[in-house]
Amino acid sequence: MKPAPFDLIRPTDPAAAGLALAAGDGTAKVVSGSQSLGPMLNLRLARPEQLIDVTSLPGLTAMRETATHVEIGAAVTHARIEDGECPEPIAGILHHVAGGIAYRAVRNRGTIGGSLCHADPAADWVTAMTALGASVIATGPGGAREIAMTDFMLGAYRTALATNEIVTLIRIPRHSVEARWGYYKICRKVGEFADAIGAFVADPVSRTCRVVFGATGGAPLLSAELAGHVARTGAPAEIAAVKEVLANSGQALSEIKIHQLAVAHRRSVLEALADA
Amino acid sequence: MPRRLPGAGVQRNGTLSTGIGERVQRKEDRRLLNGQAKFVGDIRLPRQWEAAFVRSPLAHGHIRAIRKPAGSESRVFTAADLSDVRPIRAESSLPSYNASDQYPLARDKVRFVGECVAICIAPTRAEAEDLAELVEVEFDPLPAVVDALKARELGAALLHEEWGNNLFLTTYFDGDIEGLRRTAPVVVEREYSTARQCMNPMEGKGTLAHWDEKAGQLVVYTSTQVPHLIRSGLSQFLGLDQGQVRVIAPDVGGGFGYKCVLQPEELSVSWVARRTGRPIRWTEDRREHLVAGANTRQHHYRISAFADERGRILGLDAEITVDVGAYSVWPFTACLEAAQAGGNLPGPYDFGTYRCRTYSVATNKPAFTPYRGVARPGVCFAMELTIDAIAHAVGREPSEIRKENLVPAAKMPYTNVTKKFYDSGDYPESVAQAERAIDLKGFRERQQAARKAGRYLGVGFSTFTEQSAHGTKVFAAWGLPLVPGYDQAMVKITPSGSVEVRSGNHSFGQGLETTLAQVASEWLTVDVERISVVMGDTGVTPYSTGAYASRGMVMSGGAVSKAAEVLAGRIRRHAAHLLQCRAEDVRLAEGKAWHGVAHVSFEDIARVWYLRPDRLPDDVETTGLEVTEGYKPDIDTGVFTYATHAAIVEVDPETGKVAIEDYFIFEDCGRRVNPLILEGQAYGGAAQGIGTALFEEVLYDGNGQPLTSTLADYILPGPAELPHFRLGHAETLSPYTRHGIKGVGEGAAIAPGGAIINAVNDALRPFGVELHSIPATPEKVLHALLRARAGQEAAE
Repeated sequence: MKPAPFDLIRPTDPAAAGLALAAGDGTAKVVSGSQSLGPMLNLRLARPEQLIDVTSLPGLTAMRETATHVEIGAAVTHARIEDGECPEPIAGILHHVAGGIAYRAVRNRGTIGGSLCHADPAADWVTAMTALGASVIATGPGGAREIAMTDFMLGAYRTALATNEIVTLIRIPRHSVEARWGYYKICRKVGEFADAIGAFVADPVSRTCRVVFGATGGAPLLSAELAGHVARTGAPAEIAAVKEVLANSGQALSEIKIHQLAVAHRRSVLEALADA
Repeated sequence: MPRRLPGAGVQRNGTLSTGIGERVQRKEDRRLLNGQAKFVGDIRLPRQWEAAFVRSPLAHGHIRAIRKPAGSESRVFTAADLSDVRPIRAESSLPSYNASDQYPLARDKVRFVGECVAICIAPTRAEAEDLAELVEVEFDPLPAVVDALKARELGAALLHEEWGNNLFLTTYFDGDIEGLRRTAPVVVEREYSTARQCMNPMEGKGTLAHWDEKAGQLVVYTSTQVPHLIRSGLSQFLGLDQGQVRVIAPDVGGGFGYKCVLQPEELSVSWVARRTGRPIRWTEDRREHLVAGANTRQHHYRISAFADERGRILGLDAEITVDVGAYSVWPFTACLEAAQAGGNLPGPYDFGTYRCRTYSVATNKPAFTPYRGVARPGVCFAMELTIDAIAHAVGREPSEIRKENLVPAAKMPYTNVTKKFYDSGDYPESVAQAERAIDLKGFRERQQAARKAGRYLGVGFSTFTEQSAHGTKVFAAWGLPLVPGYDQAMVKITPSGSVEVRSGNHSFGQGLETTLAQVASEWLTVDVERISVVMGDTGVTPYSTGAYASRGMVMSGGAVSKAAEVLAGRIRRHAAHLLQCRAEDVRLAEGKAWHGVAHVSFEDIARVWYLRPDRLPDDVETTGLEVTEGYKPDIDTGVFTYATHAAIVEVDPETGKVAIEDYFIFEDCGRRVNPLILEGQAYGGAAQGIGTALFEEVLYDGNGQPLTSTLADYILPGPAELPHFRLGHAETLSPYTRHGIKGVGEGAAIAPGGAIINAVNDALRPFGVELHSIPATPEKVLHALLRARAGQEAAE
């Protein structure tokens, strides 16, 4: 299991990265921590001719807090977030999600931007960032643009990025101190990809309430209907009702998957409201 | 007061001991834990190249053509090149047995995904893989045989056309079951199945071969449990004299049975190394292992058990189907699993009527290889679930049924219904010990209270006997090409007075370097720190068939013991001359020979023999301070260890997840040579058994394509999934082996499937759910629960 030959390019400014990407004309691939792409290279499932390592780009490993947002460089590792180096948009959520990603060895190298761009439906950040109402900054030859998470991930391993763009920054709105969150993951064993994720974020101050299902096989699924139910009643909907919403979601979900998602959702909401 | 050496033992009778029974720290761990071990992958020879295999993408098909990439013909080899290599063929004298021919590189036909078709060599593995991609193979696909039960039917596609069916072997035990079927008050009928698994040693297979012109030998470094067997196999199939083959097993990172057979890659790599004159290495990667090494554990059972109103077993009727895959492995054949399954299903239970048919079925999957526990994890699972089903049918506590049906201590030694000779032990007491340790009575109260709170706890027991260190007559009865006999070992005193032990067995993690040293230390009273153990190299070690069947300590330990005892006698005679006394008055202690308070050290004795022979008496024994001895136990039928495992689990009925709350093992393996190592064996075996029970499963689609070819799909338990194991021991010495030792390496992997699934079924009883197959993945548990709920709703 050794990769097919490729050239490794390590640009130091975003423009050079964009140019390299454009010059590759679809044969180049961006790499950051290499924790998803690495195995695919080894299995020869991914066969880029050039690999563009973006971890040396300026600002990509920085984290900061503005008045309204938490901003995380795309090449920040899960481990740094787990270790509390990153400001929190709501107390504890990033620390919790980061610490549940795979194993520490993976978290030491894997990055938040890499994970979002890889767009694996069962990965954590795509779901958590959707629940937090985050957006990504995509930088290309024409400059930078902001893409909301709900518009970013289009499906399994598909994003709205143009072929000559890279994600440089993740922006997460800061929530109030009254905000609550719950994140419940069902997986075979510690560190495995999720079979189902329930994510829940509610902020009474900004009057936002988001219910997100992850590991659906496609992009994370937002349910305004279920969010409305929690906001109205202060409790999660019954399992049967959640299942019905999922069955009518338009996504092809198996009976088991629907059940697992419903349970994960219910537990995420109960967790969020437990100490409310 | 003797100095306490690092890692050494304890005071015994006033002197330091690192002998049998001491918790001596493992000698090999210093290098293993500090990255200083040397595996096949660590060896680098001058001019060495790496190999990659072109493997079949089809489960079944004819090879129409193979095209080597232009310009690289001299670096790619196919069956046509290896025409002088004989196919691997494991003969057996068992009636009805069909042998198979497995060419190291497929010729004419491929029979499983991952079968080797061509070998490519290059300076690096990546380049060898680049080359392998360019080899074009044209196939005519054939229907894949994936389901062993369907493969038995008439009209199924045939793997080996010349047989006329897909059966490697059928075996029968006959008993008057029909009479019981009419008269037995209680009849329990069940179907069980166990998944196909990969053994997943941390180090995969690896082989590095080169031709040594000076020695006139093919030297093969290979990751194996059985170096002397591999030497015989390479010699036989490559057509070389045994003197022309030297096999060296360096450090081996786990084997579990995977490395106890001759692998086709070992033949191809050896052939190419000889042909090209270049050292060639192949290192199995995890994907190769998960695809081409998916070769074990898959059984199916149909069982009828007959009992009286109290749950006393009257008889058992079974049909066992083993999915053996495409070929019969050398030397253990495709038959060992089913033969063991049929013979061991009655296990530790005392009943007189048994009928069993076994089918060893050829399918388009990798060739079945015996894995830690060999067949018994399957039969134990089937039998233990049956015991609980009987208990449920008569409305009694399962552990009571167990105790009443197990062979009682008063009947020992006992010959069971399949003529297994159980040498010693108290089986019912092991259940009683487990009941107490797990507080069964208290648990039942706790379970009731938890149910009221919506939590589902369950308890399960599982008891087994394990035939270990079975010998010559047993293997001869299975008609195998190679039958183990006397295991040999050499023990000598070096000129410094330290001790060197050589054994043809091999350690792949079991701690044999330490335990064999302890056996020598027991006789010679030398601290294990001064006893070096050399294993694995056929060039320098006496013959042993190697490490399998939990035989290492019994057989090689016995051989070391015998050689060390003889050597101790010689040391006494040498010392008697130096001490001017009679040999029978010399006593060995602390690595010295004593006569009263006068003593000579081993170093003094060795110095005279090796360096100052002028001081030897004229009538000195010329055999010197080096002894090679052979050993096998007084009986060939094996010594039977036994254990009871008890598990308490909690099942989350919403997610189907099983959490193990408590796990207790009570075992009796005779004399414990090193309790520390034995505990490690128990933890490791039970961890693998938990993998079998809850996690591990090779899946195929209808075309025989494996769906679990990475560790993201084939799930192994990790530390977070394992409970804190608790252990208890009895030490019933075997009357038939040196020191009363019984085999222990495999045992703990056998029982977890039964204990855990019995516990899960106990937990899920209120839902009317009973599982019959492993692994009990959350998805399967959930499926069963959802189905039961749908059934209930339909009934309402």
